[in-house]
Amino acid sequence: MDDETFTYIEYGVAIGLVVAAGLVGRAIESAHFRRLRRSEAALSTIVLSNLNRLPYNWRAASPVLVAGAAVIATDYFKVFAAGIRSLVGGRVRSYETLLERARRQAIVRMTDEARRLGANVVWNVRFETSTISTGRRGGGVSVLAYGTAMRVI
Amino acid sequence: MIVVTTEYIPGKRIVEVKGLVQGSTVRAKHIGRDIAASLKNVFGGELKGYTELLVESRREAVERMLAQARELGANAVLNVRFATSSVTQGAAELYAYGTAVVVVDEVPLSGSAPAATTTSDESFNRG
Repeated sequence: MDDETFTYIEYGVAIGLVVAAGLVGRAIESAHFRRLRRSEAALSTIVLSNLNRLPYNWRAASPVLVAGAAVIATDYFKVFAAGIRSLVGGRVRSYETLLERARRQAIVRMTDEARRLGANVVWNVRFETSTISTGRRGGGVSVLAYGTAMRVI
Repeated sequence: MIVVTTEYIPGKRIVEVKGLVQGSTVRAKHIGRDIAASLKNVFGGELKGYTELLVESRREAVERMLAQARELGANAVLNVRFATSSVTQGAAELYAYGTAVVVVDEVPLSGSAPAATTTSDESFNRG
């Protein structure tokens, strides 16, 4: 085999990996969104807010700090798509969904902790987002959602 | 110890402010988690090892912050916030901070004296 053939094989493997990652990644992503919708529906009775104060006439008991964390990885396709996008600029949709998944998952975990404690509101919710790098091209976003769970009577 | 992200606690009154308390932790994950994570990076999905790491870090940072608050003789920490920063690749810092205070129960609404009712109502405007 000459050099040219090698180059074709290299490109072929790279493209194949990106396509495979795109297909599998998309399946993982839509499965994750389905799970999120289910858990969000189950937790929809709990009111979330980033207000500091409760409305004037509300009375609440047993406030507790609750938090939820989620770290979601990028995939080869997302990195590739973002690389292409950065050439022309504009919305990087592949990373938007990544952040959305991490935030919603963190909210679900936080709200679930509140539910287990018997709370019906989570007040003054805050987010802390950061990126995680796992090597040369890999990485992910980590989101910590936290707030004050209370039982409003 | 009451720990909240709000600036006040419903039904409680702040009688003493002890000051800022903080706790931080820098954690690294072991190599096995890192290898698993780099495999995950091909197809995407949740990095469970890192999520666990974040949960452990948060617990530890909060615990250190509470230890400080206890030392100051506080019984609550208000307005708790978290901040993260990455030190190097593979290690991350989680920092928790808040204000340690001493709180007491608000005078109950059912009190016959009109002054008690006023205090209780005011607490929701003023904290």
